[in-house]
Amino acid sequence: MNTFNSRYHRQIILEEIGITGQNKINNAKVLVIGAGGLGCPILQYLTAAGVGTLGIIDFDTVDISNLHRQILYGTSTLGKNKAVAAKERLEDLNPDITIIAYPEQLTTKNAISIFENYDIIVDGSDNFSTRYLVNDASIITGKPLVYGAIFKFEGQVSVFNYQNGPSYRCLFPEPPKAGSVPNCSEIGVLGVLPGIIGSMQANETLKIILGLGNVLSNQLFMYDCLAGTSSSFTTTRVEKEIENVKASAAYFETIDYDFFCGVSHVSEITAEMAFQKENVQFIDVREAHEQPKIDILNPIYIPLGTLQEQLTSIETNSAIIVFCQSGIRSKKAVEILQSNGFKNVSHVIGGANALAISMTNLKTNEI
Amino acid sequence: MQHTIKYFGMLVEATSKNEEQLQTEICSVAQLIQQLEHRYPKLNEKNFKVAIDQQLVDNDFIIKDRAEIALLPPFAGG
Repeated sequence: MNTFNSRYHRQIILEEIGITGQNKINNAKVLVIGAGGLGCPILQYLTAAGVGTLGIIDFDTVDISNLHRQILYGTSTLGKNKAVAAKERLEDLNPDITIIAYPEQLTTKNAISIFENYDIIVDGSDNFSTRYLVNDASIITGKPLVYGAIFKFEGQVSVFNYQNGPSYRCLFPEPPKAGSVPNCSEIGVLGVLPGIIGSMQANETLKIILGLGNVLSNQLFMYDCLAGTSSSFTTTRVEKEIENVKASAAYFETIDYDFFCGVSHVSEITAEMAFQKENVQFIDVREAHEQPKIDILNPIYIPLGTLQEQLTSIETNSAIIVFCQSGIRSKKAVEILQSNGFKNVSHVIGGANALAISMTNLKTNEI
Repeated sequence: MQHTIKYFGMLVEATSKNEEQLQTEICSVAQLIQQLEHRYPKLNEKNFKVAIDQQLVDNDFIIKDRAEIALLPPFAGG
């Protein structure tokens, strides 16, 4: 038996799959958005199953707080770009497939040209702006979209834009108010939940490729890992929503999805700029245990979760620069401060990770 | 009319309930939402879709007796 037949033997002997099915898997091209909690199990199972071409797009880097659920990474990949780190791990798992890493942010500028190279899009992103962008780009390019999302102990799975089925907008035409739905870094998540939901997304992807079973189109599947219950709800296509998206194709590149989702524009500075600022109050909004500390900036320590209660302890007259580990929580912190009347507030892109690198560079230059 | 209402995701926190029995007059989904928002003001700021007997419906849908109603919010986490 050759390697091909040995590697995929256990799925080839399923009479529903066979060599014909395995060839379909090997010819499939799947793009996974986000290599985080959902992305890791999706990528792992699709790689193992032999999906011929796998794209991975993620701009974020591996942080130690990711490791309890983002199972493709380890301590040796801390600080590495996730798309690149995932590709390296997956190439060891299966060197016979093509894996393409896009270590960049998905935007309206690159989405269409990237999507066009794939047959199926799988959404493992972690915010509404990206989810609406992914939905719309899938409609414009005519690709089925395998959706999964989690909240604390609950998950959702559905397949959109499949054989004239509904899209994400047919379910949720309007995004929720910014900040009304917290994400995992703010409220926490049990590591196995994205494992379960991501595995279900991988399963739906394989069903689409193989033409097997009932694809979860026209259905929203909900799972509660504490109650141990699941429910399915029938959804319907809303033609008007789809037509609106198709009509937006001409000016898609100019759509501001952050604005659409009410994400305010937050003033950003680079790590290099942060070290040059004078008469500034730095605020570190990370939890006490998070490393590295950037003592040289003499920050005050207020974890994001307690910021609202500690506003009175912040000097209102000076300029404020907020940072966290990677620049996500600090953005939230700026929004909170701005909505409480603080005027001169910005945050550091890339957070303490970027500050630490910049600090090392500064020291090297001094020597 | 007697209905069972199930809450999902962050709506559990907004109502402090997973599930409850509710008595209403005959009403549409929009009227039901109004009643629930009056009872649970935190629902006002939430975004959700309503399913009746496992089928997502629009706000003008008229709810029949003994319906199983589910309030489904979108999740973003990944």
